Amino acid sequence: MQRAQADGAYEMWKEVLRRADVQWIHDEVKASGLRGRGGANFPTAIKWESLPDNGLPRHLVINGDEGEPSTFKDRVLLEGDPHALVEGVCIEAYRIGSHRAFIYLRGEFALGADRVQQAINEARAAGFVGTNILGSGFDLEIVVHRGAGAYICGEESALIESLEGKRGMPRIKPPLPIHVGLYSQPTVVNNVETVCTITHILKMGGAEYAKLGVNRSTGTRLAAISGHVKQPGVYELEFGMTLRDIIFGIAGGIRDDKQLKFFLPGGASFQWLINSDEHLDQVYDIDDISAKLGTTLGSGAIMVYDQDTDPLLVAWRLAKFYAHESCGKCTPCREGSGWIEKVLYRMSHGLGRPNDMDALLDISAGISPDVMKAPFTQTTICPLGPSPVSAVASLQKWFRAEVEAACGTEAQA
Amino acid sequence: MFTDANKKRATEIVALYPKAHSAILPLAHLAQDQDGWLSPEAMDEIADYCDTTAADVQGVCSFYTMYKRRPCGNLVVSVCTNVTCLVVGGPEVLERLEHKYASDHDVFVEEVECLAACGNAPSMQVNYEYHEHLTPESAEQIVEDYKAGRLVARGVSGGLA
Repeated sequence: MQRAQADGAYEMWKEVLRRADVQWIHDEVKASGLRGRGGANFPTAIKWESLPDNGLPRHLVINGDEGEPSTFKDRVLLEGDPHALVEGVCIEAYRIGSHRAFIYLRGEFALGADRVQQAINEARAAGFVGTNILGSGFDLEIVVHRGAGAYICGEESALIESLEGKRGMPRIKPPLPIHVGLYSQPTVVNNVETVCTITHILKMGGAEYAKLGVNRSTGTRLAAISGHVKQPGVYELEFGMTLRDIIFGIAGGIRDDKQLKFFLPGGASFQWLINSDEHLDQVYDIDDISAKLGTTLGSGAIMVYDQDTDPLLVAWRLAKFYAHESCGKCTPCREGSGWIEKVLYRMSHGLGRPNDMDALLDISAGISPDVMKAPFTQTTICPLGPSPVSAVASLQKWFRAEVEAACGTEAQA
Repeated sequence: MFTDANKKRATEIVALYPKAHSAILPLAHLAQDQDGWLSPEAMDEIADYCDTTAADVQGVCSFYTMYKRRPCGNLVVSVCTNVTCLVVGGPEVLERLEHKYASDHDVFVEEVECLAACGNAPSMQVNYEYHEHLTPESAEQIVEDYKAGRLVARGVSGGLA
């Protein structure tokens, strides 16, 4: 606590209470162009504006269920700087007028949960959390809630179900959680990184923050880079760098002086890119990459694979993940993810059949009717269903010849 | 059954939430830390705290992979083999540990999905404490250190002892 305060923690929370000006927080965040860092990129200030004014209690829920394969940025914040999270939660709760905030962490984050709880206890002892905070009349309780090992609880409506003590299955939307959320009351759900960023925006000023980055992708974000790179880890990147600068500059290039084969620029759920100038010169910009290359920056994970990696093996392991984590609510995902996993298993283990790739595309079409199109269409309630389809579409797009060499073609059969 | 200290703790946990039903997950963690698994008796007791039925508690808990509904020893070893660990040696770690502890009732080795430790892959957790940059040899040594008491383990559900 002392070290965090020496670094300026809770100074902005004091300033917010001194000014007692909700509109100021709102205007600065709106001017900053901050978009949610959990993967959906929804503008935070717009979310706040959608809050209904119906007299019901409002809840703030922080999503720390980081479970997307190869995403590990929030864990760094939770374990490394829990006071930054607590301060961000205080400020956002003040903005939306919530008196009870929940920090939902995935069950595996035992250490993170301990540290955040300790930070809350210290903040309470110092008078920054609790009743009548610093004489302002504002009350806030923060509860740390651990999940128990379900990736789907990172989806906001499933997270709310889980927080209500139910099975973590996504709800049909609308109504959105902002209108009918936790205990059927208005609920703002934000990613850990988003909340931590709000404090910095107020410090810098929203307009100043918006000067960082490019176009509508303002500011910086945490990117978790992993795989066959020399220096994997979490880096704070300014939007606007090229993917080449990120992979070969910041992350130091490929290990053992091998060649890059392919990489996933936005975590496990979105389409892959390959070692080509077009892809490497792509700018790290949320809207630009989606318009030009049909993929997204997702949750900020970047996975990099070298020349010796079998794309079929990676696709199979991803499909296995989604088959395991499918909650079972929607039939296309529950059945389809398992079928995709089985077909990819035999393809990646030397048992592939000649028309397996077409079989995959056929199954995928049941989950995501327009398989090759991005952003994907879906026949399921939440986006977990189409996630393994991204891997299938990527195989079809970039590695069809390699797959056919491994499994043969229809004509040969 | 909860010990007296945990009964008090359970009452405090229920009070954190506007609705008692929300406390099912944290109480299940508490019971599992205490008993080493989530027994039918524990789910019965949780139902009383959360103002619901035992069947409801069981239905909820069976959804989540962290709850072990049969005794699994004192050490839960979770080895990640997801896409980053996959390409840098995770499966080899899993294979070594599964083989070594196949008949050891005190150590439960499981394959898990991404643990969010990809920067230092391959990685595993022992009772939800992280261990990263593994080799099959170092992973085995870590488990041995826990067994010998040279490392102090958390509870089976990750709570502090």
